[in-house]
Amino acid sequence: MKFRGKVWKYGDNVDTDVIIPGKYLRSTDYNVFAEHAMEGIDPDFKPQKGDIIVAGNNFGCGSSREQAPIALKYAGIDCVVARSFARIFFRNAINVGLPIVEADVADAVSKGEIIEVDLDSGIVTANGKEYTSTKLPDFLQEILEAGGLVAYRRGRR
Amino acid sequence: MGTISEEILGKAAGKKASAGDFVIAPVDYAMSHDGTSVLAVKAFREMGVEKVWDPKRIIIPFDHLVPANNENTALLQKDIREWAKAQGITNLYDVGEGICHQLVPEKGFAMPGKVIVGADSHTCTYGAFGAFATGVGATDMAEVYSSGKLWFRVPETIKVTVDGKLAKGITAKDIILRIIKDVKTDGAAYKAIEFYGEAIRALSIAGRMTICNMAIEMGGKAGIVPPDEKTDDYLRGRAVEPYRPVYAIDAHYCEEFTYDISDISPQVACPIDVDNVHDIEEVEGKDVDQVLIGSCTNGRYEDLESAAMILKGRTVKCRTLIIPASRSVMIDAVDSGVAATLLKAGATICNPGCGPCLGGHMGVLAEGERCMSTTNRNFKGRMGKGSEVYLGSPLTAAATAINGKITDPRRYL
Repeated sequence: MKFRGKVWKYGDNVDTDVIIPGKYLRSTDYNVFAEHAMEGIDPDFKPQKGDIIVAGNNFGCGSSREQAPIALKYAGIDCVVARSFARIFFRNAINVGLPIVEADVADAVSKGEIIEVDLDSGIVTANGKEYTSTKLPDFLQEILEAGGLVAYRRGRR
Repeated sequence: MGTISEEILGKAAGKKASAGDFVIAPVDYAMSHDGTSVLAVKAFREMGVEKVWDPKRIIIPFDHLVPANNENTALLQKDIREWAKAQGITNLYDVGEGICHQLVPEKGFAMPGKVIVGADSHTCTYGAFGAFATGVGATDMAEVYSSGKLWFRVPETIKVTVDGKLAKGITAKDIILRIIKDVKTDGAAYKAIEFYGEAIRALSIAGRMTICNMAIEMGGKAGIVPPDEKTDDYLRGRAVEPYRPVYAIDAHYCEEFTYDISDISPQVACPIDVDNVHDIEEVEGKDVDQVLIGSCTNGRYEDLESAAMILKGRTVKCRTLIIPASRSVMIDAVDSGVAATLLKAGATICNPGCGPCLGGHMGVLAEGERCMSTTNRNFKGRMGKGSEVYLGSPLTAAATAINGKITDPRRYL
């Protein structure tokens, strides 16, 4: 899987409460989550399909709410590149089919820049430079390629 | 031969498990609450599985928005009730029974050596009983509903040793905030934490739950206190099945922290990170609009009792919400007179549940308002857009309520 898109840049410890505040969680309509994505930290967050989030350490810390990666995915974000992810967000992102990459590129890019992410080789290209990421185990890549755990499971049992 | 997490996950998976390994392990108990069950049930239905793997091992407490705050929530909750009934899930604890992380132990599901997953980040609370318990999301929960199993990456473990005796006015909450100050909010990411030392052993079960509850605030996958006779005492007549304690054997720890807790001050976590922890002397005097004593961190009987000790014969100066962690806690507070003491002081007692902790319901703050809270998170806008949350012990919260300003509880002891 390869992605090429415009960067939305954030710092360390972006928590799930700012990705999607608690008051919006009572819904099963994913577009509702998308409408309020990043509302707690960035009122100007209006991604176009294919955009990429770049952040620092511990992205997605806090709650187990799966609405957080869902909100980003349905808002149009194709991929999140962070120095590190919070553990539950990491699992949730894969389960909902939002590709995530652990790479240290936050200091090298600015908002609006175009970067490339190659999930298969684990290489992120920004500013003409290549950054190596921690490659996901094969079984997690398979879940991502299926579009998430529900799609992966459907028909397998 | 390993840490408690390696031992438990290895036994569950039926093969040696070392930090870094990926294992597929059967789950002993799975918990999802009213909030996360909505998406978990949706994902379960979409997976195309008809029946859950074992209805007796699924626990569904309603706690996040109870009683329902509007028609939409009511409808979603109705759907979960009906689904649970159709699936034969009898461990559904409806409105007013209490918070998931209080009920799972209270009802005897949190036991040493078990693998427990919950669709809530504070599921690590059950490590207070020597379980490997960790939070997952809704789709992972749907996977457990359908198969009873889940993949785990076996975590590295940090060893934290807390020695010394707790001084007057210092509680389990102060210990864990002090630890988080050093480990930082991401210091235990993907890792488990084991807690040792005379101060941990001396803590009550409630205090150990407070400690393990906040392991996730360091990114921790699990927080575990090795089980002892206090664990057995709590579980006698309560455990729903036999259990076997699991201990670390010649374990390798990736990092160690050691404390002597004897001379710390009450600790306060200031906005907007839980590791932004200060001695109370540094923040004393800051005005607050609301005090909240409750939540899965500090809504247990001993927390309410300690607040009552400070509020007895005094009057609160700001809105003070008391939210018992469960019906059983509330009954104890009524029977002992603690509830009357709190009400006479001017506090408001709400029904058991999560209350405004996550900003959804019952005591949400207005822009510009500040709360001194016994909960576990002070993230930006957590309890209401543009508001601030300070975290401290029930003693600190009660003392703060008296003055409407952040106050050192030692003044009233």
